[in-house]
Amino acid sequence: MQPADLSAIDLVAAVRQGDLSAVQCTEAFLNRIQYCNGAINAFLNVDRAGALACAESIDVRRRSGQPLGPLAGLPVAVKDALCTADLPTTAASKMLENFRPPYDAFVVSRLRQADAVIVGKTNMDEFAMGGSNENSAFGPVHNPWDFSRAPGGSSGGSAACVAADMTPVAIGSDTGGSIRQPAGLCGITGLKPTYGRVSRRGLIAFASSLDQIGPMARSAADCALVLETIAGHDPGDSTSLTDAVPRYTSLLEQPLAGVRVGRVPEHFAAGLDPEVAKGVEEAFAVLKAAGATVHDIAMPHAKYGVATYYLVAPCEASSNLARYDGAHYGHRASAKPSSAFESPLIEMYCRSRAEGFGPEVKRRIMLGTYALSSGYYDAYYAKALKVRRLIRQDYLDAFEHVDLIGGPVSATPAFKLGEKTGDPLAMYLVDLYTVSTNLAGVGGISFPCGFTKSGLPIGFQLQAPALGEPLLLRASDRFQRLTDWHLRRPPNLTALCTPKG
Amino acid sequence: MAALARLALFDHELATMTSELSNIVGFVSLLEELDTTNVDPLAHPLDAENVFRDDVPSPSLSTAEALQSAPRHDGQYFLVPAVLGESGAA
Repeated sequence: MQPADLSAIDLVAAVRQGDLSAVQCTEAFLNRIQYCNGAINAFLNVDRAGALACAESIDVRRRSGQPLGPLAGLPVAVKDALCTADLPTTAASKMLENFRPPYDAFVVSRLRQADAVIVGKTNMDEFAMGGSNENSAFGPVHNPWDFSRAPGGSSGGSAACVAADMTPVAIGSDTGGSIRQPAGLCGITGLKPTYGRVSRRGLIAFASSLDQIGPMARSAADCALVLETIAGHDPGDSTSLTDAVPRYTSLLEQPLAGVRVGRVPEHFAAGLDPEVAKGVEEAFAVLKAAGATVHDIAMPHAKYGVATYYLVAPCEASSNLARYDGAHYGHRASAKPSSAFESPLIEMYCRSRAEGFGPEVKRRIMLGTYALSSGYYDAYYAKALKVRRLIRQDYLDAFEHVDLIGGPVSATPAFKLGEKTGDPLAMYLVDLYTVSTNLAGVGGISFPCGFTKSGLPIGFQLQAPALGEPLLLRASDRFQRLTDWHLRRPPNLTALCTPKG
Repeated sequence: MAALARLALFDHELATMTSELSNIVGFVSLLEELDTTNVDPLAHPLDAENVFRDDVPSPSLSTAEALQSAPRHDGQYFLVPAVLGESGAA
C-alpha cells in the first residue's frame, strides 16, 4: 500500500503507530510532486529540505516516546496567499515575488504545532482574484483530469495538488467560491467554513468581510480532521469567532434520517450543463437514500448574488491592496523621471503598482475605486450592501425550513484554458452558485457527485447555517460512504506527467 | 480614476480597461431594479460587535524583521523618493 492510497486519517494513524515513518510518508509525496508538478504547475515553491527536516524531527520524537501532534507526519500544501516565515509568499503576484513574511499565518502556526509537514506553497489566481487560476503571474495550473483545462480558482493549485495525489490535503481560501469551485472542477472535497471560524491573520487580504480559509482533501472526513486543527479563536483576528471548536471527526457517525435538504429550482435554469444537472439530481437521490428529505425552496435574490459580489469584493480589494505602495515591501519601480506625476513619491507609487499588479487585479482595483468614489458610493457600494442584507435574509428564511441547501457548485465542468480569458464578465459568471455563501457568511462544502461522459468531475455543493460545519461534514461523509466518486483518480496521470530533472 | 487608485495604466491598457469596466458596471447595475428603500446596509455578515483587549505592551517585529522585504532601507528606516517637489527631481 502506497502512502498516496491512504486517507489523511489513516496516514496520521500509520505514523502514530510506527507503521510508516514521517520521513517515508513525506518522501513519497515529495517524489510524486517532483514527478507530476512539471506538467501541472500546482506548486510555486516546494520546500523539500524543510519538509524532510520537519518529518525527521517528528520521527525522532516518536522514537523517544514524546507526544506527537494530531496531524503528525501529514504532508500539507498551503495556498501561497498564507504567510510562511520560512518560505516566500507571493500570492502569485509579481508584486510579492521577493516577499519574505516575517511571521507565520495563524493557520500555518496551527499546522506546525499539530506536527503537520508543510511541503510547499500552491499556485493560485493573483491575490485570489479569479476562477480559473489563469491570473497567476507564474503560469496557469493544469487540471489533472485534462491538462488542456483549467482547475478552477482561485485555489486551483491546492485543488490540483490533491487531485494528483501530490499531497493528501491542502489549504485554500474562499472569498466567492475559491475553495469549492476548484474542488468541484478537480473532483476533490473542499470546505469553506463559516466566516470567522478560521482566523484570517496572515492570509493576504482580498475582501476582508468575505475571505475565509478552509481545508481541501479527498474526503469530507479528511477535511474534518484538518478543520479541527485550524479552526478556533485567535485574538489576532478580531473577526474570528469565540465559539468552541467541536471534534468534527467524532461527529460523523450520526445518520442523516430527518435532515431536510433544500433544492432551489432556479439553480436548474438555462445555463446549467445537462450532464452537471443530471449529476446533481442524482446526488439529491443519494442523500434521500441516506435518510434525508429534499424540499424545493425559494432564494428570491439569488440572481443578484454575482452583481452584489462584484461590487462588495472589488471595493474591499481596492482598499486592502492600497498597502502595496512599493515602500515597505513588494515591487518598487525604478525611477524614470516624468512630469506626469505630482511628486516623485506619487510617481513611485503609481509605477510600482502598474508594474507589480496583473490585469485582473488592476481591473478590480479600478472597479472598487470607482464604486467607492464620491458621487458613486451610494449608487454602487451602499446599494450592494443593502442587497447583501436581502441575500443573507434569503438564507435565514430558507434555514427556517431546511437544514442544508444543496445544488451545483459550478454550471459547467472544467472549461478549457484560455476559453474565458478574453471576457472578464464571462469569468465572473462562473461564480454564480458560490458567491452568495460568502455574502451571507455561512459555510459551504463541495465534493464530486459524478463524471461527464468525457471523464470530467461534476461537483455538488451543500450549504449550512452559520457554524453548521458538523452537519456539512456529516452529510458529505455519509454521501461518500454510499458513493466512490471521491476515490476516483485521473486516469493515466503517471504516464502523462513528464518527470522533471 | 487610475490616478485615484494610484495606478499608472499603460497606454495599451487604457482602451481595453475602459470597455471592460463599462461592461462590468453595466452588469452590476442590475441591482437598480431592486427597491431597497427600507433596507439597512450589511457590511459584515455576522453582525459582529467591536472587540476590545487590554492595552498590554508586548514584543512586536524588530526593526530588522520589519525591513527584511523593503525595496530600499538604510538599516533603520524605509527609504522613499522625495514626498514634495517636482517629479524627476529624485
